[in-house]
Amino acid sequence: MIEVQSLSKHYGATKAVDDLTFSVRPGTVTGFLGPNGSGKSTTMRMILGLDRPTSGSTSVNGRAYGQIRRPLFEVGALLDAKAMHGGRSGYNHLLCVAQSNGIARRRVTEVLELVGLGSVGRKRARTFSLGMGQRLGIAAALLGDPEVLLFDEPVNGLDPEGILWIRTLLRNLAREGRTVFVSSHLMSEMALTADHLVVIGRGRLIADTTTADLISSSSQGYVLVRTPDADGLARVLRAAGATVGVTDDAVRVTGASCAAVGDLAAEHHVVLHELSPHAASLEEAFMELTRDSVDFGADFGTAMADAAAGVGH
Amino acid sequence: MTTTLAPALAPVRPTTIGVANLIRSEWTKLRSLRSTYWTAVAAVIAAIGITTIGAIEYVQHFSPDQLEGFDAANFSVQGLYLSQIALGALGVMTITGEYATGMIRTTLTAVPQRRVLIAIKGLVYLIAIFVLSEVMSFASFGVGQAILHRKHAGVSLSDPNVLRVVFGVGLYLTGVGLLAFGLGALVRRTAGALAAFFGVLFLPSALIDLLPSSWHQVALKFAPVNAGTQIANTHRVDHMLGPWQGLGIFTLYGVVIVLGALFVVGRRDA
Repeated sequence: MIEVQSLSKHYGATKAVDDLTFSVRPGTVTGFLGPNGSGKSTTMRMILGLDRPTSGSTSVNGRAYGQIRRPLFEVGALLDAKAMHGGRSGYNHLLCVAQSNGIARRRVTEVLELVGLGSVGRKRARTFSLGMGQRLGIAAALLGDPEVLLFDEPVNGLDPEGILWIRTLLRNLAREGRTVFVSSHLMSEMALTADHLVVIGRGRLIADTTTADLISSSSQGYVLVRTPDADGLARVLRAAGATVGVTDDAVRVTGASCAAVGDLAAEHHVVLHELSPHAASLEEAFMELTRDSVDFGADFGTAMADAAAGVGH
Repeated sequence: MTTTLAPALAPVRPTTIGVANLIRSEWTKLRSLRSTYWTAVAAVIAAIGITTIGAIEYVQHFSPDQLEGFDAANFSVQGLYLSQIALGALGVMTITGEYATGMIRTTLTAVPQRRVLIAIKGLVYLIAIFVLSEVMSFASFGVGQAILHRKHAGVSLSDPNVLRVVFGVGLYLTGVGLLAFGLGALVRRTAGALAAFFGVLFLPSALIDLLPSSWHQVALKFAPVNAGTQIANTHRVDHMLGPWQGLGIFTLYGVVIVLGALFVVGRRDA
């Protein structure tokens, strides 16, 4: 369980994190979503005691991070693939981290095998690819078999195989009852991985809800109908309170379910050639959610492009 | 590569606690970097090499009247003044290397007690360079004396104050390490910390001329290197601090900087 209470971090006049309150529960993967520069990493660093909040507080399992005697047994964190000395071998990197918390050597070999780096453990971390670096960081996070795990942008720069590996790992860790908190600016990836979403923009909380609810609450979802009597159906649907757009023989309906549209059509003897639901993508839901509240500028455009280039769904 | 982790996660239970673990961890960090060995090799080459060259030079141009005022013990540890640069660079990089690479975030996530961490990191480094410095000092002395003895210009460890000189130079180098490590922890960036380190070592003697002449003697006495290196003189030099007094003052500079670093490390963002 991770709790964040009225957390703020200001750098001069810039509010990197602005009065953020949420909690992350065990047993599910909680996605931490927001464009680049929205304050995700800063928030995670404050949870881990690396940065000091301007105000507010964070706790892990009910305690401030600094109060935990041997953190590796309670919290595992992957901050970025670069949080290691490139001159050290993967094995020695893990060994010095393990020793600081009194974790035995055999566990180092064990986690190296777990992440698939068993054969390259003696090579210097500088020679690792980005994906191998991420795996080594994940190995470090798993050293103490912790209940709470934080991953900051774990799929960044990974190939599809690596992305699938991490997604499976995160879901398995959550299934074992652990608290898994994972940040990303790739909305398509979060749609596949996270059950719950904490969405922030410009350091402020925008949504704290399940992934399914976030998508279904979006007005971007619609029902597509094809019918020879488009105008007739549109009239009936409008009378029932739905929003309708007509193009040639297609009718695009929002504010009514597939079933409701089908029932109305049957009742009024309108012939249908197609009736199909179109759920909003998480991107669309996210865009809609953030459109009015904040102006993200160029950064957000980049995030969207990344999302589009990411794994399809 | 897409196998799941779940079944293989064996339970791990805490073993021992505290300082011993941190010492083990920091020792692993120090010994697992090639740069540690390179700087150690550079320090040893400087120590033995400079002493050997100097001693051979001295012996070749030897005339008995030079023996007047010749400090053979000091002469045979002179190479260590070059070693201090390598050892100091190691001390700076021991800590700035963590910040430069991002390792510090992993370290502080595992060990949130920053002051304890910095103190233990410094301690491990200082013990390592203390041992290395003493070995270098006695080796350098041995090589130097072996050459000087050919002209009967040498001394032995049993002569008055000679053991203090040879052992004391090792202590002085450890003090240099303290200063370097403290500056590294305070400045956090390699280039800046190295500049500060060289500044503290070498600038005071260069800047003394800018001071009013009535301050010269005090400034000369208390300039860090001048104070610290009195331990390497067999006989006390006029107008300078005594050997132990000087080394004490020199160590104090390092202690103050380390305390400053310990004070700020808990207040900064990592």
